[in-house]
Amino acid sequence: MNGATTLLRRIGARVVEGVWRVGFAARFFMLVLLYSGQSLTRIHLTIREIYFSGVLSLLIIVVSGLFVGMVLGLQGYETLQRYGAAESLGVLVALSLARELGPVVAGLLFASRAGSAVTAEIGLMKTTEQLKAMDMMAVSPIARVVAPRFWGGVISMPLLVAIFSAMGVFGGWLIGVVFIGVDEGAFWSQMQAAVDFRYDIANGMIKSVVFAVAVSLIAVFEGYDCTPTAEGVSRAITRTVVSSALAILALDFVLTSFMFRG
Amino acid sequence: MGADVDNAFVSLEGVRFSYGDREILKGVDLSVRRGQVVAIMGGSGCGKTTLLRLIGGQLRASSGRIEVAGHDLSRLGRKGLYALRRRMGMLFQFGALFTDMSVFDNVAFPLREHTDLPAETIRDLVLMKLNAVGLRGAERLQPAELSGGMARRVALARAVALDPMLIMYDEPFAGLDPISLGVIGQLIRRLNDALGASSIMVTHDVHESLEIVDYIYFVADGRIVAQGTPDEIRASKDPFVHQFVYAEADGPVPFHYPAAPMGEHLLGRSTA
Repeated sequence: MNGATTLLRRIGARVVEGVWRVGFAARFFMLVLLYSGQSLTRIHLTIREIYFSGVLSLLIIVVSGLFVGMVLGLQGYETLQRYGAAESLGVLVALSLARELGPVVAGLLFASRAGSAVTAEIGLMKTTEQLKAMDMMAVSPIARVVAPRFWGGVISMPLLVAIFSAMGVFGGWLIGVVFIGVDEGAFWSQMQAAVDFRYDIANGMIKSVVFAVAVSLIAVFEGYDCTPTAEGVSRAITRTVVSSALAILALDFVLTSFMFRG
Repeated sequence: MGADVDNAFVSLEGVRFSYGDREILKGVDLSVRRGQVVAIMGGSGCGKTTLLRLIGGQLRASSGRIEVAGHDLSRLGRKGLYALRRRMGMLFQFGALFTDMSVFDNVAFPLREHTDLPAETIRDLVLMKLNAVGLRGAERLQPAELSGGMARRVALARAVALDPMLIMYDEPFAGLDPISLGVIGQLIRRLNDALGASSIMVTHDVHESLEIVDYIYFVADGRIVAQGTPDEIRASKDPFVHQFVYAEADGPVPFHYPAAPMGEHLLGRSTA
């Protein structure tokens, strides 16, 4: 009886704490939006973050996109040729990437590459009292540190998703057309005919923007909210990667169910 | 004198502060006049840094009144507080330099954020501030390339970049070698006098402080337990001050953390 009460209490405490944190995060999000003016008026602050989050993530995005596309080419050909539809390989590769794999895989990569770096940077700034020092100099850390990193992520990620998908299509073409010998004309023309700009590409980009907001918010919030110790920062980084991954997968399901209901 | 409230630039009256159920400050009265360098001393964890955070407006007192430059801090909103902080400088314990900026950019930071001065003027001002702390030659270095004492001097240059009226120091001497310690001590006094500012220094370095400050407050258990000029402190018969100034291990501040008697503890009759 005693054990059960303790367990219930613990579960209750966890739930209450979780709700508190979601509340904090929502308030924090409002503050970030409220203090976003400087990110636009002093655009160099945001451009710097686009460089750190976006440009420095290019390598992993390009290489992963290429390999995902090549694997799609191999697996797609293997399945399609059984039904004599190998020419549709281009359609399969492009739709898989534009609708699902591009936003989801690039989002997961972005969260682990750039999101974790943002959390670590803000967390360490908090640990070494840099945020407090800024606040004491009458400069809002949310306006000066958090908002530019948030917008840097929100702007970079959709662009990285587009690059990821383009590299994936290139990888699929490389395997399907160059190595396996699928007809090049059919590969491209079927893709062009089957992929709709609004239904497939635009919906994919909307997903990437939603994921970008979620991942960037999680990254800056975890950094800003971390316990200012070495252990606290490391936990915050882990939480960023785990929460971002879960958020991307959950949001993907919700968005897909609204966007692609046939 | 330090307790001259009417002429005070910073004054605290009956200030109480708690973290949750734990009461850190139990009614503190303190005042700092214009031009004074005041030290707040006490053992670790006695609430000294909390006092500094209250004066800087980073924390709000649970009760009592804190006035800085004639403003009641409890009545100031965020904008008012930020306007006041532009006239305050604070030196954090380990400098808190921005690690992604060079020494020059660190000192230029408050100038760039709060003024529209042209780049050449900012450059001149930064070099003057760095020259005052003896580090003009280090302008291009990154914070990671500085020693602890140098980092604190850069942070000091940054804290006085906007010529503040009030400069606050959180443990300015912690972890410094004797030479850097003397240098920082002299700088604190010189900068205060040159700017006509007031300075509040939280420290437990008695001997260095007695050399440079005008007035000293001793804090223990959340209260001011002794105060006076350096000469009065040196001559004090107060057991607490005596223990502190002469670094005695036991006295009013006990050596032992509260515990059950040793015999009981060893026999396992007490878990305390």
